[in-house]
Amino acid sequence: MKADPSGVLTGAHYLDGDYSCGEGAMAAGCRFVAGYPITPSTEVVERIARRFPFMGGTFIQMEDEMASMAAVVGGSWTGSKAMTVTSGPGFSLMMENIGLAAMMEIPCVVVDVQRGGPSTGLPTMTGQGDMMQARWGSHGDYEVIALSPQSPQEAFNLTIDAFNLAELYRVPVMFMMDECVGHMTEKVVIPKADEIEVVPRKLTKKSPAEFLPYRFDGGSIPEFARVGDGYKFHTTGLTHDQRGYPVMSAECQEWNVHHLIDKIRLNVDKIVRFDEEQTDGADVVLVTYGITARVARRAIAIARKKGVKVGVIRLIVVWPFPEKRINELAGKIKAFVVPEINYGQMVLEVERCAAGKASAILVPHGGGGVHDPEKIADVILEAAN
Amino acid sequence: MNDKDVIVPVGEHPISPYIRMDRMPHIWCPTCGIGTVVKCYATALEETGVDLDKVAIVSGIGCTGRVAGYMKLDGFHSTHGRAIPFATGLKLGRPELLVTVFSGDGDLVGIGGNHFIHAARRNMDLLIILVNNFIYGMTGGQNAPTTPLTAKSSTMPFGNFERPFNLPHLAASCGATYVARWTCLHIRRLTKSFKEAIDRKGFRFIEVIAPCSTLYARLNKLGSGFNLMQFYHDSAEIRHGADTHEVDIGFQDKIICGKFVDEERPTFLEMKDEHYKKTLGDKYIPMPPEGGWIKNG
Repeated sequence: MKADPSGVLTGAHYLDGDYSCGEGAMAAGCRFVAGYPITPSTEVVERIARRFPFMGGTFIQMEDEMASMAAVVGGSWTGSKAMTVTSGPGFSLMMENIGLAAMMEIPCVVVDVQRGGPSTGLPTMTGQGDMMQARWGSHGDYEVIALSPQSPQEAFNLTIDAFNLAELYRVPVMFMMDECVGHMTEKVVIPKADEIEVVPRKLTKKSPAEFLPYRFDGGSIPEFARVGDGYKFHTTGLTHDQRGYPVMSAECQEWNVHHLIDKIRLNVDKIVRFDEEQTDGADVVLVTYGITARVARRAIAIARKKGVKVGVIRLIVVWPFPEKRINELAGKIKAFVVPEINYGQMVLEVERCAAGKASAILVPHGGGGVHDPEKIADVILEAAN
Repeated sequence: MNDKDVIVPVGEHPISPYIRMDRMPHIWCPTCGIGTVVKCYATALEETGVDLDKVAIVSGIGCTGRVAGYMKLDGFHSTHGRAIPFATGLKLGRPELLVTVFSGDGDLVGIGGNHFIHAARRNMDLLIILVNNFIYGMTGGQNAPTTPLTAKSSTMPFGNFERPFNLPHLAASCGATYVARWTCLHIRRLTKSFKEAIDRKGFRFIEVIAPCSTLYARLNKLGSGFNLMQFYHDSAEIRHGADTHEVDIGFQDKIICGKFVDEERPTFLEMKDEHYKKTLGDKYIPMPPEGGWIKNG
């Protein structure tokens, strides 16, 4: 289906990543946002709060991030496309109800404009330290989808993709920005509404008598009934059966959790997305994402000038991770180099997928700024020799 | 008396159309008061004749947290303490629904206290039914923010020395538009309160004092559920319109019941619509009615 024009600000703009993300959400059809102010993410909801009254949207500033995420899960049960926006400390607080969204299989988008951590850390300065939290942050076993934009333009485009993926797989989708992309201002082109493809919320066509809220076959997505349409369904954060009724048994747990895992893992090839460049015959492949992908361009140029064959994998969808491709490349190259603004998160995934066939070398950065490209280049040169 | 003299009731329970009978038996202990509150709420739904398709019920976690799972309505068993913000999302997404939050004292004013006061402040259009058994029942009798001074709990084994909340006062001072308190003994008055509150709008708060014989009564040597009901009979005092300052509950002291607040104030959504109409004029586009924004492609 094409985007609703009321939310699409068609034209060429000069926008920062936060505003652009907000525009992407509105273009995707998001009309319910609950949030709590936190630097450096607040501009996303400020943009939305200013624009929503002109398109029938509802923004509510909740009392904290736990409430924001709970309201988003409730809001999404009404069929509205729903989103919340935060940064590290708030992301930690949201984990409780991100788990609920995963368990209830509720589509929603959680934007995390990352800053330096841990704890209050560096509120106004960049970081990429929440990448593993995005994947594993709530307790128990579940799968999510996470994306990471490298520019304001991508913040727009990928926010739409985030909503579409949330609808397709009935999962919470993490939108992993960082302060640099959030606050960097660049040209953003917003297409016409009829050029934007959005996935609508699909309501079940079954009658209330036939409908079971969690009926699915391997890897398939259960049909959705929204609140207030006479289905009188039950849903819970407890382990549940097809009826959504709690069942406290190891068998039901296996059935329930297996499905949450399967619906993403069996569809990994459809979800995984990355840019790949000059990996044929490469000695070293850089694996990168977010603002660091931009910084690394200079390091790659330096290394190539010195004759090193460097390829690049830029992660667009970060979770699920492109396991297959990393594993294939591992057999052909000497090393992966992974610069990230943390002390080793996605590099662990690269190392796991390389399975000992190539080394995975971290170029760490504690946060508060971006890498010195020379330092990344030095590691590339070292890895090539 | 032999077995032949026992009269076994047959046929449907009067509220079975409102209950997920396929989930019976429920998990509540014998003499627990929660079932009584459910019965009164179901009766109120029936007698007010609300369209049950347009009623949603949200619970948090705990003994009362199970109510949303037993009633044959769109029922949401959310996370601990978050029933009110979850219900806020439902209400804002489909304003035409009657959204009831049905949960316990630990859930709504312990872990969920911040949400409770802010939803009251905003006058969010929610009916809040709080079953107060003075204790954390599901986890085994720990101290609650409602445990009366000197009462024993498993984490205050020598008696509680923390001051408890006076819940009607908390709700009223945060802006609740309807505030009442009853015990599980007052089934007709409680049902009447539910009916009144269903017909009102705004943040409506009804506290129901309920017996927990398994934990609260046992730890405090108060006898059985029957003895607690007897205690309600002897100690409850109906004082409509009482100053909520004066309705706090002491250990085995009198329980002031009644309707304390019943007033009308615009709700969050009414304030929003009115304000935007005034400030933005024709440019303001309200949310589409009846089902909101969904577009089924």
